[in-house]
Amino acid sequence: MRRPGQRGLAVGALATIVTLLITSCGAGGRPEEDQGGGSASDVGVTAESVKVGAHFPLTGVAAPGYSEIPTGAKAYFDFVNAAGGVNGRRIDYVYRDDAYNPTNTSQVVNELVLQDEIFAMVGGLGTPTHSAVLDFLNSSEVPDLFVSSGSLLWDQPETNPQTFGWQPDYEVEGKIIGQYVQQNFPDAKVGLFLQDDDFGEDGEKGARAYIDDQIVAAERYAPGNTDVGPQVAALQAAGADLVIGFNVPSYTALSQLTAMRLNYDPQWIYSNVGSDPALVGSLLSRFSEGQVTDAALLQGVMTTEYLPGVDAPDNAWTKLWQRVWDAHGGQGQLSNYRIYGMAQAYTFVQALQAAGPDPTREGIVTALEEMGGELRGPAFVPYRYSADSHAGLSGVKVVRIAGTGGTEDLSPVLVTGNGDTEITEHTEEHAAPPENGIPNVQPQN
Amino acid sequence: MRTLPRRFVPRSLLLRNLLGVLAGLVVVVLVLETTSPFRNSQLATMSYYAIAAAGLTVLTGLNGQISLGHGALMAVGAYTTALLLEGDAVPFSLAMLVAAAVTALVGILVGAAASRLHGPYLAGATLALAVGVPGLAIYFDGLLGGEQGLSVRSPRPPDWFADAHYFVTAGDLSSAKYLAYIGWLTLLLVILLLANLMASRFGRVWRAVRDDEVAAELAGLRLGRLRVLAFVVSAACAGLAGAVLAMVVRLAAPSGFTIVLSLSLLTAVVVGGLGSIAGALLGSALLVFLPPAVTNLGTGAGLTGVQAAQLAPLVYGVVLVVVMLLAPGGAMGLLRRFWRRGINQGGSR
Amino acid sequence: MQQFVNFTLGGLSQGAIYAAFALALVLIWRATRIINFAQGAMAMFTTYLALTLIESGLSYWAGFAAALAGGLVLGALVERVVMRPVEGGPELNAVIVTLGLFVAFQALAAILFGATFQSFPAPFGLRGFTVGEMTIAFTPFSVFVIASVVVVMLALTALFRFTDLGLRMRASAFSQEVSRLLGVRVGRMLTLGWALAAVVGSLAGLLIAGGNLVHPAYMDAVIVYGFVAAVLGGLESPGGAVAGGLIIGLALSYVSGYLGSELVTLAALAILVAVLLVRPRGLFSRVAARRV
Repeated sequence: MRRPGQRGLAVGALATIVTLLITSCGAGGRPEEDQGGGSASDVGVTAESVKVGAHFPLTGVAAPGYSEIPTGAKAYFDFVNAAGGVNGRRIDYVYRDDAYNPTNTSQVVNELVLQDEIFAMVGGLGTPTHSAVLDFLNSSEVPDLFVSSGSLLWDQPETNPQTFGWQPDYEVEGKIIGQYVQQNFPDAKVGLFLQDDDFGEDGEKGARAYIDDQIVAAERYAPGNTDVGPQVAALQAAGADLVIGFNVPSYTALSQLTAMRLNYDPQWIYSNVGSDPALVGSLLSRFSEGQVTDAALLQGVMTTEYLPGVDAPDNAWTKLWQRVWDAHGGQGQLSNYRIYGMAQAYTFVQALQAAGPDPTREGIVTALEEMGGELRGPAFVPYRYSADSHAGLSGVKVVRIAGTGGTEDLSPVLVTGNGDTEITEHTEEHAAPPENGIPNVQPQN
Repeated sequence: MRTLPRRFVPRSLLLRNLLGVLAGLVVVVLVLETTSPFRNSQLATMSYYAIAAAGLTVLTGLNGQISLGHGALMAVGAYTTALLLEGDAVPFSLAMLVAAAVTALVGILVGAAASRLHGPYLAGATLALAVGVPGLAIYFDGLLGGEQGLSVRSPRPPDWFADAHYFVTAGDLSSAKYLAYIGWLTLLLVILLLANLMASRFGRVWRAVRDDEVAAELAGLRLGRLRVLAFVVSAACAGLAGAVLAMVVRLAAPSGFTIVLSLSLLTAVVVGGLGSIAGALLGSALLVFLPPAVTNLGTGAGLTGVQAAQLAPLVYGVVLVVVMLLAPGGAMGLLRRFWRRGINQGGSR
Repeated sequence: MQQFVNFTLGGLSQGAIYAAFALALVLIWRATRIINFAQGAMAMFTTYLALTLIESGLSYWAGFAAALAGGLVLGALVERVVMRPVEGGPELNAVIVTLGLFVAFQALAAILFGATFQSFPAPFGLRGFTVGEMTIAFTPFSVFVIASVVVVMLALTALFRFTDLGLRMRASAFSQEVSRLLGVRVGRMLTLGWALAAVVGSLAGLLIAGGNLVHPAYMDAVIVYGFVAAVLGGLESPGGAVAGGLIIGLALSYVSGYLGSELVTLAALAILVAVLLVRPRGLFSRVAARRV
């Protein structure tokens, strides 16, 4: 049989080549870099705007709760933009969905950096997800600020000079929870319910520093697999009467539900990450057609806190967030996740101010290293930023969830560091936010 | 003008294919040099889809075996590459070869089981493969990194390549561009090998097996062996694709090899036209360039970002059904039909 | 011991659901020689339909009924509109069409109902029974699950054994040509077969969702388990599918409990390969089926 396609293909190829040659002539020249004027001081910065980006799970298993974080951040940036922005520049915030899937994260961040040409990453979420792009962001020299995860990976100034943590890391949280259990439940048999990645691992490390001899079982679940029956059954079989969970919110609901199925009723302590009563309650309440009420299930559960949240409506910071959300929020209520996003956005505005009137990627990293330790904001505790440390907030307090959705403090605000650093009480008064709700950081020099 | 002088088209098939691939190389260089880093990275993504799809189209289109398990085979290639590239001891080209070889070995196993199955049974079994294999990475988390996977330090261009590149184009070689070069050179190589294989005796007997098992068996062909061979060739391609994926994505993690990946590959080969390498290329281009376009349309029409992101899979699904119902030959089948009609009309004039 | 009891009971109630799902696959396979890979996605879709109704204030049972009715309509529509043209054609084409439907339904559900995890109510309690000192992982809802699967099986058996309609459906599945000559409207019977199968599939979807989290991909693994169960039972025999479902449910529950939940899908794969290679006609098939 004769191949009719041969000539067609040749012609097509020729046409393609010619077209490409023509376009290449047009696009060959490099854009001249605008050095003068200081208006467009770096990638993503123009005279009017600074573009920042982030990746969040807007779909999938981690989406409940976490998908609200960027809406909070966006509301706060809009609030700042409405007041004239930072040094006259509006903050453009682009966030994309990675479905908590590291492979997606890699593609999404590629788009943010190469297509959207962001100035910096702000608050990219997740340990497995963000670690997939750590190398790319650092080798592309994109500031990678305030990762929404408490992994220890973000504090490696030598290998990853662009990356900064934000929330208290899981080891710090695990240590404080561990010490609390050691002091208050010295006879408890402790079970650990852990997400099977660095999140669970770092938390376990922190907890074991204090209660290694009390731990009778450590069970791990794979995120994505919604059947945690075997894990909870194993904790029960090991006789654990106090369970510490380092897990995401969906799994708090699943573990509570499974425990109920097994009539297993230990004292639960969840990491701050997975304990939002409003969210977990809403997931739980619909099971069993209201036979399980939201407040009933999480009442008495312990967790930690480092930001004033919706349970403290009279706190000056919560009032500010409410004001921001009322003016610039979208659908839905103010939630702890939105507050988290706003608090991160607040920190970014501080960092941008610290970087001076002509911010550069290098400049914002240096500014955080030099001044980050002194920044004060929505959190009870200071950051640990310096040239040698890119670790975020330094501590938490232990609280108990009350029936009404509020919390009661069980410990003072405690601060510590990684490794052998002792846990100490943080006594500094938590300052109220500035009157206009926008930080006013003066750049050094 | 109608008949191209015959001397422009070499007699030998190998030479002809070689010429085609060289022309392809020129096009690839031109395209990569004239497009933005973002397009480069999209093209790099397209290259690994296309490598896997080219392998799949040989298996499904030529030999009639469906596989929903190619995602799992890509995972084998990706993890092999990730393990080998740890510690910078192994050059990436060697790692890719080993990845292809290891995956081919796995392909012998899978193919041996698959050669005894057909149609829906084969589809179901390979579906189970695709769903099951990522679990291994979680079970052996000490070695394979669990849910978080293994991060891959993507290769940096060697000095001679960067120099040569600068010499030719007077431009810097970005990492996205370098990865795209790796992907596309691999793809061209794969196409060259597959095109020759398809035109060879193997291609003919594979088709014979697909079209009539009984007749092929009567003609003395050993069906089992031929089927396994097709699977091995296809698996080696999937392994190479996995290797490129690992380097481009900089990660080998279970979440990258879900059933969605396998179904996407199937979509690519069906839409492009089963059994056609050009179709596999076309299909892979759709996988990469369609989602952003459709998503933009969706957000333009007032959908939220999350909803709009689901439009692309919706289109894939609908297109799969429509293609099977209306044009089982896919895009290349349609093209061929139009081309023939054109010729016939030309001839009757 | 308590753990073993719990794993067994959990496995049985999961197995009942896989049995229902396998039954749906077998119904379609017998009628049209097609494995409906879109079965799980269709069931997911009707389950979301139920969730939407329940959220709008209707009772669980209204949602339940709507999902089953939705399954009936969806099954009939799918057969009539997209499956009819590929029935009897190359088997690859039918496989690809069902896969296309699978992808399309999943995406459509994500667009219409959202892609986050949502909790799905259960009509009965989720607290385990207490036997003596021991609490077992068997809840009132598990009883409902098993009971409803048994009811469906009995109803289907009655339909095929004792009614004229059932006889005609069996006849068209057995031989289309002969049935046509005998005046059976084969096309209608095929449509009805798909519709019934979709109802059974929807039931399985609802039962899995009860007291659990749902998202557009929550049925993905169930397609594999149901397929393995159906193959284990020989694909031809409804009774075999049910037995296969229970066996798979138990086996996977033990694997998950004793070895690790990440190995469950691999175990399903291993069982499938073993069955296909050693006893391709399934454990229970008496009919001389074609070679796989």
